[in-house]
Amino acid sequence: MRKVLFESLMHGPLTESAPAPDEAALAELAQRVDRAARACLGRSLSIRQVDAGSCNGCELEIHALSNAFYDLERLGLRFVASPRHADVLMVTGPVTKNMREALRRTYDATPDPKWVIALGTCAVDGGIFAGGYACVGGVSDVVPVDLHIRGCPPSPNDILKGLIALLKHVSE
Amino acid sequence: MIIPRESVTEEGWGQAIDRLAAGDLTLLGLWGDQPDVYMATFEEKTGDIAVLTYTCTNGTYPSVGARHPPAIRLERTIRDLSGLDAVGSPDSRKWLDHGVWHAPQPLSYAFLPAEGEGLHQIAVGPVHAGIIEPGHFRFTANGEHVVRLEQRLGYTHKGIESLMSGATLDRAAKLAGRTSGDSTVAYAFAFAQAAEAALQVTVPARAVYFRALMAELERLANHFGDIGAICNDASFAVMHAQCGILRERCLRAAVACFGHRLMMDVIVPGGVARDIAADGPAQLHALLAEIRRVFPRLIELYDNTASLQDRTVTTGIVRADYVRQFGAGGYVGRASSRNFDARRVLGYAPYGDLAFEVPVLSAGDVNARVWIRIREVVQSLALIDQILERMPAGEVLTSLESKGEVCEGLALVEAFRGDVLVWLRIGGDGRVARCHLRDASWFQWPLLETAVEGNIVADFPLCNKSFNCSYSGHDL
Repeated sequence: MRKVLFESLMHGPLTESAPAPDEAALAELAQRVDRAARACLGRSLSIRQVDAGSCNGCELEIHALSNAFYDLERLGLRFVASPRHADVLMVTGPVTKNMREALRRTYDATPDPKWVIALGTCAVDGGIFAGGYACVGGVSDVVPVDLHIRGCPPSPNDILKGLIALLKHVSE
Repeated sequence: MIIPRESVTEEGWGQAIDRLAAGDLTLLGLWGDQPDVYMATFEEKTGDIAVLTYTCTNGTYPSVGARHPPAIRLERTIRDLSGLDAVGSPDSRKWLDHGVWHAPQPLSYAFLPAEGEGLHQIAVGPVHAGIIEPGHFRFTANGEHVVRLEQRLGYTHKGIESLMSGATLDRAAKLAGRTSGDSTVAYAFAFAQAAEAALQVTVPARAVYFRALMAELERLANHFGDIGAICNDASFAVMHAQCGILRERCLRAAVACFGHRLMMDVIVPGGVARDIAADGPAQLHALLAEIRRVFPRLIELYDNTASLQDRTVTTGIVRADYVRQFGAGGYVGRASSRNFDARRVLGYAPYGDLAFEVPVLSAGDVNARVWIRIREVVQSLALIDQILERMPAGEVLTSLESKGEVCEGLALVEAFRGDVLVWLRIGGDGRVARCHLRDASWFQWPLLETAVEGNIVADFPLCNKSFNCSYSGHDL
């Protein structure tokens, strides 16, 4: 273990500088986030991820945010285990009908003020799964959405850009 | 593969059930297509795959699950999706259908009872504490010890097979590639193989090699992710961080070579959508060198950390006879003595021309499932070497012509977690008439219930992660 730890210390961090916030995301948020909420939260957000029926591709890239290259926590963002600890719900998937009630309850269990991010093309409008008997079609059909991050799946960099835009707004 | 499909009477159906129950045949899949039920089997002795069809009378067929338990969840699914009923089935509860597809209120679900003094239940999910797919686990425990685990799945059911019916091959390939995102390459590979078998198309050799290259890259990325995540569930963060770096390097090589980190939609029926980037081979050689520099030290770290071994050795043992009975593939099967790898057994192109070993262990615990992955990483590295060395020149895509008549094809491809089955019927219009996708998880999830029994609740995450079954791949 010493070898591995020593080498990690010696070769310097892999973490890359954070990308600039996504302008489109900033514009979307500008209409949503209210000043009082920013004052309460400061520059730190707890995120609860909810898979509402994704193919699990988005989850892989959300996981990647915590690896040494992206290191999400340095930005004051962290994933939490319960909606009751969360400021942000990050929802993926075309919202299957089998998950609709669970998503609604998760939203209700999240204290105000809260934001919802719909992540991935499916979460925007159902994506490739839209139109079937088993999917609702988009997160905003079930709970109000503050920010959409598109992509199939969005890369960790795209997700970071959206999150940084959210953070910037919250702390302004 | 073009598998001749045999229509059988009740007698022929019964004989197949006899052979499944006796262990002569392994169940590869069971699905419905009004008014027929289909059964795919594998015979270990001869290496033969067969597909049987039984035409239901009044929407019923003799239950396979009544005598061969691995079929029970499949039969419940057939009833939910096709409305065909297995007569004599031991479990009449709905499976993927939670009662909300056409109605506003969900049905209640009767979990199986566990009775005894001092037992309590722990309900987990569908929304889990981590960044995981949704599913429900109902534990019955006595203090810390799990007496029974019952899974309830279906939360991510998107109706993929229904969306496929009538779709063009291009759209259906994209749907197949989103059945389980972590295995997008394997699914696209299997779907393309099934389509090409149906249409009797030969794919350019260069495309075949790219497919295997992507499949091995996907396997590497997932195995690194899993090895790290299993250790993380024992709070051993160093392995998680180091394996996370290797996984990220694989994905970066993938996007540099093929334009997408998970390599989605690169494999298409007829070949691959694009050739590798000009500097792709150099990027891959650099990736292999880096893995070979770092990974041996991580293996040593895993193997020499007693506190970690204490959590993984003898935890979550899967019995070899269950693995055989269920035909469980991937590391779950190979860690419990089942020597099956679709790349080896079927030798589909290009694997028949490549040298690799299929590691098999017998302990069946979390540790063995970690070690299968470790050894498969080494094999995948050697495979990528060979693929890069032998990469044929030429085109990467051939056009697919509709045959103007109904045709069928089947494929079995080894994804990182086990074999993926795709059975496809293409209509005379060149569109998908029926496609069935069977994830390896179907025959692994039930064994997780058995592996957890007698373990402490706190070891469930380790057991679960060492299986890493797909929810989406299972729920369709």
